[in-house]
Amino acid sequence: MDLDPLWLSRLQFALTIGFHFLFPPLTIGLAWLLVIVEGIGWRRGDEDYVRAGKFFAKILGLTFVVGVATGIVMEFQFGTNWAEYSKFVGDIFGAPLAIEAIFAFFLESTFLALYLFGRDKVSKGVHWLSCLIVAIGSTLSAFWIIVANSWQQTPAGYTIRNGRAELDGFAAAVFNPSTSIRFLHVFTACLIAGAFFMAGISAYLLLKDKTSEVARKTLKISLVVAFLASLAALFPTGHHHAQEVAQWQPEKLAAMEGLIKGQENAPLTMFGVPKENPPKLDYAVGIPGMLSWLAFGEMDHYVAGMEDFPEDERPPMVITFLSFHAMVGLGSFFIGFTSLGILLLICKRLYGAWWYLWLLVLAIPLPLAACEVGWITAEVGRQPWVVYRLLRTADAFSTNVSGGEILFSIIMFGLIYLVLGALYLFILVRKVRRGPETSAGEETQP
Amino acid sequence: MMDLNTTWFLLIGVLLTGYAVLDGFDLGVGVLHLFATDERQRRINLAAIGPVWDGNEVWLLTAGGAMFAAFPPVYATVFSGFYTAFMLLLFALIFRAVSIEFRGQVDGPRWRRFWDRTFGLGSLAPAVLFGVAIGNVLRGLPIGADGSLHVSFFALLNPYSLLIGLLSLAMFVMHGAVYLAARTDGELQKRMARWATGAWAGFLILYVVATVATVFVSPFLFEPIPHNLLAWGLCLLLLGAVVSIPVMVRAGRFVLAFLASAATIGSMIGLMGVSLYPRMVPSSIDPVNSLNIYDDSSTQRTLTVMLVVALVGMPLVIGYTAYVYKVFMGKIVIPKDGY
Repeated sequence: MDLDPLWLSRLQFALTIGFHFLFPPLTIGLAWLLVIVEGIGWRRGDEDYVRAGKFFAKILGLTFVVGVATGIVMEFQFGTNWAEYSKFVGDIFGAPLAIEAIFAFFLESTFLALYLFGRDKVSKGVHWLSCLIVAIGSTLSAFWIIVANSWQQTPAGYTIRNGRAELDGFAAAVFNPSTSIRFLHVFTACLIAGAFFMAGISAYLLLKDKTSEVARKTLKISLVVAFLASLAALFPTGHHHAQEVAQWQPEKLAAMEGLIKGQENAPLTMFGVPKENPPKLDYAVGIPGMLSWLAFGEMDHYVAGMEDFPEDERPPMVITFLSFHAMVGLGSFFIGFTSLGILLLICKRLYGAWWYLWLLVLAIPLPLAACEVGWITAEVGRQPWVVYRLLRTADAFSTNVSGGEILFSIIMFGLIYLVLGALYLFILVRKVRRGPETSAGEETQP
Repeated sequence: MMDLNTTWFLLIGVLLTGYAVLDGFDLGVGVLHLFATDERQRRINLAAIGPVWDGNEVWLLTAGGAMFAAFPPVYATVFSGFYTAFMLLLFALIFRAVSIEFRGQVDGPRWRRFWDRTFGLGSLAPAVLFGVAIGNVLRGLPIGADGSLHVSFFALLNPYSLLIGLLSLAMFVMHGAVYLAARTDGELQKRMARWATGAWAGFLILYVVATVATVFVSPFLFEPIPHNLLAWGLCLLLLGAVVSIPVMVRAGRFVLAFLASAATIGSMIGLMGVSLYPRMVPSSIDPVNSLNIYDDSSTQRTLTVMLVVALVGMPLVIGYTAYVYKVFMGKIVIPKDGY
């Protein structure tokens, strides 16, 4: 078998970042929820919130470490596997990574230590502040990595000179057309992930102990955040992100929506079975004019279809279409599901609705699945380019690394990540089963 | 006035020094962890670095990011050229990171024993591999005229580079032992002082041997030394620092010994920088192919932007890092939960 270094490097990148990307959304979302929980605990002196803070802080610490451990790879993988890419974009792309380290990694790791280990060493105000800084630091980290990725999607502020992309305007490169909206959309997704995580764990604690005040309080907060963030993920952030894609990456929009022929009055696909080579959509059911209206605000606006683009510049439609629709489906479910929870909360039925609490537990992984398919939509929808219309993925990999070497590292990472994932779940479940401290300062189970 | 390329060469040196000084003691503690005799000492080892190792490791990520931003071809060539070695290094760093976190999670002797070993080996491997990588750079790498580089993993394990690997191992063990001695007392402190002195002796011998070996392997590295004032200053600093370490350890002045150990690491990296400048990676095929700070850098605009970022960001980082260290330093008390 011929080992193709390009495909293996793509597989390795997908594997390593796909696994890594399970953890930062949880960390970011949970950190912001802890800012609220710890803030109430500190200002009101409410012991329940303090106990909740201690409990979820441990879970944050665990999640953070796995995120850090798997993230180290990301900082170096551009050089190891994508050397040609690194040489071509380094003048622009390296800066956000370095800035992320200087302004975000140092901040979050240093203050996380103070937050986790400094509870009895610093004042309550400083302790809360360290929690806030962890949340800000992890969010800044997301911002700078999205700056880097958005530049790949909608490059700006550069000139091609000396066989590479050279920086013209730093602000233009950082705030390229897609940065802001993509950051906001991802940030809402992180809040959903963190809120579902806290809500699911709180629901489990309530199922075990109906009287747990700690669990009631964290469930209420996380459910409200989950509801608001789910709405914001659809509108305004999701909607405007799609409009941005329609304007700047029309072939990605065509692949997402399964639009084959460019047309005015373009339909919004409600159902369809996508096929590749040539792209077509079978059994399509759609609302006429809806896509034109959503993407451009006018029913009769022209929307480009797959056939409007040269064959060698079309993204793979099946993966893009399916992952996009999976994300939209999950997002819609989050809105409906959390609305129901809010309704139960208002009717004062929430804490006794065991069936709903169980669904909350089962729903914990769903926002992470939504993050993954959203990211797949963004990245696969950009193919065949690694930098949109500037550099093809096929021209970006390290030509001096052999397929065998990459296969070795894929197997190695595959095994480590399998072990790490299993251990993370094992320890997480143990921590959750033990539950928060009771008022006597003891944990509920030995 | 220093040009931007030189400034960035210097800054990356500073970042690497920050990493070696800070995460260096974490690595040293990790290696010493393999030789810990009882559970109490193991708990102390972990508590000693628990709150700080993660921030320390960010220095490495920052150095990597800065290398990418300032010298993209060097970042691309070296990391892809060292592919397998680098993957093993990442593997070790991942395991070390999670070992520290996972070890205290389950209260069983076999569980703890396992993570003790992965923590120790996950520290030992980077402590050696960093030296091996530097040894290969000092030796010169087979960089072609087109800037391409490919070295098989086993070719990296040549005698000279392994010697530098042992040197860096001895250096980190010494640094970690001094750090632990400063943060403990009683019998454990005495034990760590003995380790520090022993590692120091090993370090000294290896350093002399490595210097002689370098004269034969890469004589060009010594060319800039005689007529460079900075090099003389660094030599004096190195000499003074190396001599002070055992004196301070014997006197029980462990904080000073730690500073001397840090100065040793810093002046060694500094001397290496002076020897290499303006090259970053010498080519063993033809000196003309060497990667250097002028031909293999980002544009002046990017270097300027990044310099502003570094000048604003790094003082902040150093400030709050110092604050958090102040909160956590002092003699170690084994925490109730956590490590």
